[in-house]
Amino acid sequence: MTINKMTAAQVARKVIEKQPLFILDVRNTDAYEDWKIEGQNFEYLNIPYFELLDGVDEILPKLPSNQDVLVVCAKEGSSKMIAEMLSDAGRDVFYLEGGMKSWSSYLEPIKVGDLTGGGELYQFVRLGKGCLSYMVISEGEAAVIDAVRFTDIFTNFAKEKNAEIKYVFDTHLHADHISGGRHIAEATGATYYLPPKDADEVVFEYMPLEDDVTVKVGASQIEVGALYSPGHTIGSTSFIVDSKYLLTGDILFIDSIGRPDLAGLAEDWVGDLRETLYHRYRELAEDLIVLPAHFMIIQELNEDGTVAKRLGDLFAQNHGLNIESEEEFRHTVTDNLPPQPNAYQQIRQVNMGKVTPDQDEQIEMEIGPNRCAVR
Amino acid sequence: MQIKADQQLDCKGLACPMPIVKTKKAMNEVEDGQILEVQATDKGSIADLKAWSESVGHQYLGTIQEDGVLLHYIRKSSHDTGEEKTFEKTITNDEVIDRVSKGGIILDVREEAEYAFGHIEGSKSIPMGELENRLDELNKDQEIYVICRTGTRSDLAARKLSDKGFTKVYNVLPGMASWQGKISRING
Repeated sequence: MTINKMTAAQVARKVIEKQPLFILDVRNTDAYEDWKIEGQNFEYLNIPYFELLDGVDEILPKLPSNQDVLVVCAKEGSSKMIAEMLSDAGRDVFYLEGGMKSWSSYLEPIKVGDLTGGGELYQFVRLGKGCLSYMVISEGEAAVIDAVRFTDIFTNFAKEKNAEIKYVFDTHLHADHISGGRHIAEATGATYYLPPKDADEVVFEYMPLEDDVTVKVGASQIEVGALYSPGHTIGSTSFIVDSKYLLTGDILFIDSIGRPDLAGLAEDWVGDLRETLYHRYRELAEDLIVLPAHFMIIQELNEDGTVAKRLGDLFAQNHGLNIESEEEFRHTVTDNLPPQPNAYQQIRQVNMGKVTPDQDEQIEMEIGPNRCAVR
Repeated sequence: MQIKADQQLDCKGLACPMPIVKTKKAMNEVEDGQILEVQATDKGSIADLKAWSESVGHQYLGTIQEDGVLLHYIRKSSHDTGEEKTFEKTITNDEVIDRVSKGGIILDVREEAEYAFGHIEGSKSIPMGELENRLDELNKDQEIYVICRTGTRSDLAARKLSDKGFTKVYNVLPGMASWQGKISRING
């Protein structure tokens, strides 16, 4: 029997198209329970590879023969070994090329929609980590918002689209993933914007991103306008693109809202968070399409793989926007918060430019789910 | 600090799954109760060796880092919990700190590596296997509270001390495996 490799891109198609897949995850149980490949029609079996060293016979009956079986581990080596053992036992299976490490770094660019005058808006979905980045493209120019650290993906994508990256934004100082914003700006000569209230400690040059800052992309002047919206961090800023899309950063998600504690000031910022969600956003047009910087669960993906929803629908459906009492709101966003993301304090230091970890250390820091929300 | 091991295994530069595959093989050559030092550079080996050890019943002691190399210490399971303990004078974990504050010493007879990764502050380390040759380090006029992981090795040690003319000897039960108090350990 054969063993085949499956790439992260192929797994991403299965997630987006809601295809079935049987995942044999051979990592440690702790690692698996913390974080795995999520798919709506995926089935799972978790047995650490080291429990299969003497043979795979005991798990053969548990593996389906009528659908693809994908063996997954952290970096590939163990999944390949187990896939070979399964192959010797007469089963056709796949292993995940590059393991969870490559899954965590894979980005699927998906077009969200057209903009005035032939422009386009793309969402880069990082399925393995739940991060969402954006690129506005219009007539040879591009703006990038909340880029993750795989800068080549963005610069190459812009190149393919014959666009020059002119502006790079971070809606806030991220705590769950390492930003690629500053490095994209350095590589392309673009201007890098960061909210000054989040940037007290940063050690590099940036343009202050403040309320009402607007930039125009391309000849048709697609407008990207900033809206100060504190609460997840004190500097958190949203964007309105082409009067049509509302990029909310980590303030408002599809099925949850931002948590105020990752910079250590939950009690102080809960009032800001409420003001943003219950007043500032309320004044906006309900037909704006909300595009957040994260998704939490795979069910938040639309049919085409994008994560996007009408603001009016969120006002009606998102629990975090429907807590009437301020007291209860305060309680919801400051008590019983989910565990904080892996290495979030170190990640903040990296995004401030204070430490420069190598590639492996960056991967290590970003392991696991993003956990930026409260539901 | 150098931690003593009975055998060493070089897994430097090897990626997962090889550190575990090789450790599993090497463990077959290690005698019950002995310590294997696994030298590895793959960071994933920390969590995996720990989980693997637990799954097969070996005792994962801990890991230290030296010049970018991870040194893992695993003690082969010795199934030493079932044997009968016969030394009559015993005291409990809870009593020992109070007793030793009035005089005497706590003698830890586990392997050096076990001691390194967690022991009672101020306790003296003489592994069971070395006890016979190191009796001159002990004082017959002092109370000696002997402790190990589960009470079996300390039972043996207490009997040996008693045979050699030590009279103020006590076995501390149930032992370090259920020690609730403060511990000192090597920096990991």
